[in-house]
Amino acid sequence: MKTFSPARMALIAACSLVLVFLILPVLIIVPISFSGARFLTFPPPSLSLRWYQQYFSNPAWMQATQVTLIVAAFTVLIATPLGVAAAYAISQSKLRIMRVIHMALLLPLVVPIIITAVGIFFVYARVGLVATLPGLVLANVMLGLPYVVISVLAGLQSFDPAQEMVARSLGMNRLRSFFVVTLPQIKSSVVAGGIFAFISAMDETIVALFISGGRYQPLTKRMFTALRDEIDPTIAAISTLMTAASLMLVLLASGRQRRNA
Amino acid sequence: MLALVSPALLVIGLLIVLPVGWLAWQSIYHDGFTLEHYRRILTEEIYWRSFALTFEISLFATVIALLLGYPVAYAANAAQKGWGIFILALVVLPFWTSVLVRAYAWLALLQRTGVINQFLRYLDVIDTPLALVHNTFGTVVATVHILLPFMVLPLYAAMQKIPRDLMQAGASLGANPAHAFFRIFLPLSLPGALAGSTMVFVLCLGFYITPELLGGGRTVMVSMLVSRNVELYNQFGAASAVAVVLLVSVLLIFFIASRFISLDRVLGQK
Repeated sequence: MKTFSPARMALIAACSLVLVFLILPVLIIVPISFSGARFLTFPPPSLSLRWYQQYFSNPAWMQATQVTLIVAAFTVLIATPLGVAAAYAISQSKLRIMRVIHMALLLPLVVPIIITAVGIFFVYARVGLVATLPGLVLANVMLGLPYVVISVLAGLQSFDPAQEMVARSLGMNRLRSFFVVTLPQIKSSVVAGGIFAFISAMDETIVALFISGGRYQPLTKRMFTALRDEIDPTIAAISTLMTAASLMLVLLASGRQRRNA
Repeated sequence: MLALVSPALLVIGLLIVLPVGWLAWQSIYHDGFTLEHYRRILTEEIYWRSFALTFEISLFATVIALLLGYPVAYAANAAQKGWGIFILALVVLPFWTSVLVRAYAWLALLQRTGVINQFLRYLDVIDTPLALVHNTFGTVVATVHILLPFMVLPLYAAMQKIPRDLMQAGASLGANPAHAFFRIFLPLSLPGALAGSTMVFVLCLGFYITPELLGGGRTVMVSMLVSRNVELYNQFGAASAVAVVLLVSVLLIFFIASRFISLDRVLGQK
């Protein structure tokens, strides 16, 4: 593989083309968001911040942003402890049923999201949780759990449970030994799991389409409705901000995970 | 230990097991047991056509993703470490941007006044804009874009497990590089290809946002059938039956795939 054989050139060319296909659409929204034109023209005839201004000065977009951030924050606060407890139990217990439970906790990744969405809508309609903040949070907790479980389980794999035994033999109870000995060592994967749950809640669209309404509509739901009607460059500005936020969070999470490994 | 998992299990039970069970029940019970909703799926054209279209698009997207993903995974695996990480980072980058953002990007690229049409007109390649979006073509392009990382990652993981000595051993026994690739490397990478293909196919079956925004109302995939039955026609029984058939298809594919590859491998990816 040292020389530039035709096969190698072909491979590099194919790989580069596919990478351009993957990256270009993500990048193209950035110049569009800074365009001064009312309609989509490329390259933008002039540069301006008008679409960002439009976003920040529109009460509906701001309200939706607020809902998204509140829902994502509460999702993390609830999903993280639940996921950590579950992952800890799965990794420590030798019960056969834990394998089944582990699979059950990954169900949100397996069941097509539209089915989950319609199902939750039916259940929420019965108990009056449609168009409420708690309803949105609860659904996002469920959807975020697998990310926390997967991330924490990965962290626990490199942790030696004997350490906790030592702590307990020195007189700590189980809870204390977990918080003093185990948690600090898996902290990075816990934080990473929480960040993934946050991103998942921030990006979630389909469940929100069915169960959110009135004042409590997240950003993604309003974006979806706006996209169905017309291609407003305000959405390019929002998209750029969302992408920047996601990527920053992912970098943070993966940095955390690597430190843990 | 069971006490520790129970809160998480409760959330999953209440928000996914119960709702899905409810759907299954609704699909067969409406003032008495009935198979009417399932009969409609088989007999009414709009239903079975939508299922056929969804399977067709999923198959198409899977094949394209495999063809595009294989060289990328191969290059990431064969490259020196730094380059390999760089390639993988570029693959994972769009994975972490919202599906809505990417739908917007593809609309901006592919629509009549979009970037690609403007560019082609500027080059004088075309006179009238091409219909690249609001049809099946646009749906497939955006779908492949979203699902490609799910193909590349398992492929890469499988390729990493192939010992490099094997290719050298093949070469020392007289195989030319192409021969060694097809006889040694390709077969050993097949579990990764199967894992990736399963994931891409199954995810595609349940796609909603992409066909809804880029399909232009003509590419009615199964998910859209479910949502329309609920939102427009209030046909909860019909929506439930379609949802059940979709879910059973997905689980069946996972089950079949699990006979050949470890399921953890498929699910652990995302």
